[in-house]
Amino acid sequence: MNLRPDPTFHATPRLAMEAPAETLAFTLMLSPDGSQPDGLAVVDVDPKSDSYGDIVHQLIMPNKGDEFHHFGWNACSSALSPLTGHAFLERRYLIIPGIRSSRIYVIDVKEPRKAKIHKIIEPEEVFEKTGYSRPHTIHCGPEGIYVSTLGGGGKDGTDGPPGIFIMDCETFDILGRYEMDRGAQDKHYDFWWNLPRDYMVSSEWGLPPQFENGIVAEDLLSNKYGHSIHFWNLRERKNVQTIDLGENHQMALEIRPAHDPSKDYGFCGVVVDTTNLQGAIFTWWQKDDGTFEAKKTITIDPRPEKAENLPPLLQGFAAVPPLVTDIDLSLDDKYLYVACWGQGEMHQYDVSDPMNPKLTGKVELGGIARGAKHPNGKDFAYGPQMVEISRDGKRVYWTNSLYSTWDDQFYPDGQGGQMVMANVGADGGLELDKDFYVEFPKGYRSHQIRLEGGDCSTDSFCYPSV
Amino acid sequence: MAEISTTAALWWAVVASGLYHGVNPGMGWPLAVSSALMERRRSSLFKALLALAFGHLLAMTAILLPFSALLWLTEWHVEIRIGAASLVIALGGYLLINRRHPRFLARVPPSRLALWSFLAAMAHGAGLMLVPVYLGLCGPDEGAGHAAAYTLMGRNATIAVTVALAHTLAMTAAGGALALGVYHWLGLKFLSKGWFNLDLIWALSLVLVGAISLLTLH
Repeated sequence: MNLRPDPTFHATPRLAMEAPAETLAFTLMLSPDGSQPDGLAVVDVDPKSDSYGDIVHQLIMPNKGDEFHHFGWNACSSALSPLTGHAFLERRYLIIPGIRSSRIYVIDVKEPRKAKIHKIIEPEEVFEKTGYSRPHTIHCGPEGIYVSTLGGGGKDGTDGPPGIFIMDCETFDILGRYEMDRGAQDKHYDFWWNLPRDYMVSSEWGLPPQFENGIVAEDLLSNKYGHSIHFWNLRERKNVQTIDLGENHQMALEIRPAHDPSKDYGFCGVVVDTTNLQGAIFTWWQKDDGTFEAKKTITIDPRPEKAENLPPLLQGFAAVPPLVTDIDLSLDDKYLYVACWGQGEMHQYDVSDPMNPKLTGKVELGGIARGAKHPNGKDFAYGPQMVEISRDGKRVYWTNSLYSTWDDQFYPDGQGGQMVMANVGADGGLELDKDFYVEFPKGYRSHQIRLEGGDCSTDSFCYPSV
Repeated sequence: MAEISTTAALWWAVVASGLYHGVNPGMGWPLAVSSALMERRRSSLFKALLALAFGHLLAMTAILLPFSALLWLTEWHVEIRIGAASLVIALGGYLLINRRHPRFLARVPPSRLALWSFLAAMAHGAGLMLVPVYLGLCGPDEGAGHAAAYTLMGRNATIAVTVALAHTLAMTAAGGALALGVYHWLGLKFLSKGWFNLDLIWALSLVLVGAISLLTLH
């Protein structure tokens, strides 16, 4: 407990942008076959440092088979809301769930280069206290730490719908389920909110049997993955509206609301449209009467390709779908970054007008039947996937793995984990940094990135930028 | 003469505690700034302040009025003061040991500012902090023995309401000045720069108020 608010808490997105730049990044390391324990890599991202671009510390977990995916901070700028009274928390712990094991690690990164395990919550405790399994997205919010899950109860996670549970933000005890009334929500993936307007938005991937052993092509072609987004009254814990994006819009994943809470819109990425293999971004917004609407504002076309160059899964289509697997919005709500993991592209859109995004930058790296090389001449396995933007919006980092079993289906010959960075031009545009290329230790892939002091998919703000 | 200066000092204590509660961000002034910024209208700042003040006033009255009713038992005056002082010290002690914030406050929607302000004041013992001061003001009046019971009750209730009003007015003035200052000149950076953890001091203030009240009993 501090006497002053943590210096990494910022009242507005603009103040967060003006804060000192990140010098370290935290990136998850996963062992795709579970032969080694997963870990957390601390990466030096300070260009003035001698170890720039190096992994300066690795924290390897004591268990195998966790499958690390997403993770998050115990506290963010939303702690500055007097409503919650948690202004003196420290941004000090990373909450890392294993989506295969349902185990949760709380990592103390007060001294990042000596990051250590603070607490381990065993899977049985998660099952017993929540009835959910396969914890995934972490956000700190009004009542504590909110954790979304991908599975319900039972061995294969299909006994009841998945949902969100809440952890105490100081003791890290699991408090229980979030939902009072889930309405039509029966699948889960990501969630985020607008705190002063008191609403939450959640999305859908699929149930555990649809992803744990690989993508199920029949389910995809019969549109059985998630295709709805749900709007919740945050404090009443109630699903107030479900918008079906159309059943062909398979896998509505990342939810990115505008960071400035006075703006009442946000984005959601859709992996693939099964009618034409396009990737898509929907813009959703709150209307004056309080209800919500969503409209498709970006489409990305597939690229034709000879069947012989494609993995078996795609040979019948003779095309490479973009596969929009992650999106991220800069803190000034100006640029939306869209990872096209299939084609091996990172797109930058100017979304100053959220209903009319404009493509302003593009980087090609990796990709199915393309394998575009990094400017330093090295290979990049798979394609651009989890993306994180620096608070000042000048640097965009990304890694390459989607999910262990899916990587192997789409890139049967792929291996290795990399993390790269691109610089953003003063008037937009995106260019890979030749000198920043992190190679992960043998046998490890890389997943989500968190930046020291917060980043563009962590902090929620309670005050608008002025 | 001494009587008058004691009374004056107690009224100053009412005002001072109001100023103290007002500047504490935990009592809500940043919410008024947020309201004005969200709606891009300065008038929202005043509307929010009014709601916060109303909730605070209600919390003060809800605590002080029952004590004013108790004072009807004039012969127990000293015991009531000892009891009240002990209660305040006990709450201070509890807040010293239990530093965790009540989670139910986080469940109040941001649109219900008056309710939030009422609950925040109750949970932190803001009203209780005033009780010893209030009881001091009601004092064992020399003529009390002769006055009819209902007159006495009326007088004590009037003092209770006046104390609550004066305190809330001071609180709103202090919080309002800070909210306006941040909105117009200081900027939101002041929020993270100027917010101190008052939890410890707050708990100690409760203990202090109770202790002074016990020591000045005669």
